Amino acid sequence: MIDWSHAWPAMTAAFMASLVEFVEALTIVLAVGSVRGWRHAMAGAIGGVIFLTALVLIFGPALHLIPITRLQLVVGVLLCLFGMRWLRKAILRAAGVIGLHDEDAIFKKQTSKLNSLGHRDSAKIDMIAAITTFKAVTLEGLEVVFIVIATGAIGRNGQAGSMVIPASVGAAVAGLLVIALGLLIHKPLARVPENTLKFAVGVMLSAFGVFWVGEGMRFPWPGEDLSLAALAAAFLSVALIGVSLARRAAQRPQKAVEPEPAL
Amino acid sequence: MKAAITALQEVYGLFVEDGSYAAAIVIWLAIVCFVFPHLPGGGAWRGPLFFAGMAVILVESVVRAARAKSRC
Repeated sequence: MIDWSHAWPAMTAAFMASLVEFVEALTIVLAVGSVRGWRHAMAGAIGGVIFLTALVLIFGPALHLIPITRLQLVVGVLLCLFGMRWLRKAILRAAGVIGLHDEDAIFKKQTSKLNSLGHRDSAKIDMIAAITTFKAVTLEGLEVVFIVIATGAIGRNGQAGSMVIPASVGAAVAGLLVIALGLLIHKPLARVPENTLKFAVGVMLSAFGVFWVGEGMRFPWPGEDLSLAALAAAFLSVALIGVSLARRAAQRPQKAVEPEPAL
Repeated sequence: MKAAITALQEVYGLFVEDGSYAAAIVIWLAIVCFVFPHLPGGGAWRGPLFFAGMAVILVESVVRAARAKSRC
């Protein structure tokens, strides 16, 4: 039985993270489709979806075979690495140390690259187009699958996989939303605030990671499940401090190295 | 074979971008998992201390990356 009142953290994290990943995959599919043809682009994209579905069907049921504390620990460790990587990059983007993620720029880069690859025989499947969309959908989709498993694998009642359904609902809603918008406007979704979403997702995934490791190690969290919200707030505070410090460090002029006195 | 290696590299890239940052996280996780349980005192400090270590690693890494950028 799903406790929906406690499902929102998993559902929100999965929705936001999946939205970002689906937007990125859509940009590539649109670029390939507009340059090399929609039939070829869709063949690769559908192939990617089938591959991911097979992975989930094969490995998903195995989650129930792993003892809960082991699962919490393994998922927590992976989520710490994954979430902290997202958060670090989001902080560096917010501080202006690295460039912001720009779907329009990625779309233009992809279309010019695909245009430079020359013509293809329209009767056959264009392998360049199919492989490009297959790779994009598989890679971005793999991140979605990991996020759904990681945020939903362990429910608060200690049952493995008890939050997978709410997390899957969050990811599915994000997927349907992006597909609908893609069909409607036929352009990259550059107005989705991806950089802000990535910052928020990095905060949430890092909080989930630390929480699951702590649960796996049987740490007595103060406030129990409420500590997940406290961890998210604490990570947000640290991330904002990180943005400020990184911005200052990037702007600080380096001391000039004094020349060695001539002997 | 080449495709399998590429796929593994892509999966590795999901978790590791900056080697020293990932190494610091893994080392801290190892300390949390293997050393914390043997330390004296009640367990209430373990969670907050674990978070504090992760926060320090995060801030140090972004400041280091920003300094490296300013040197370029």
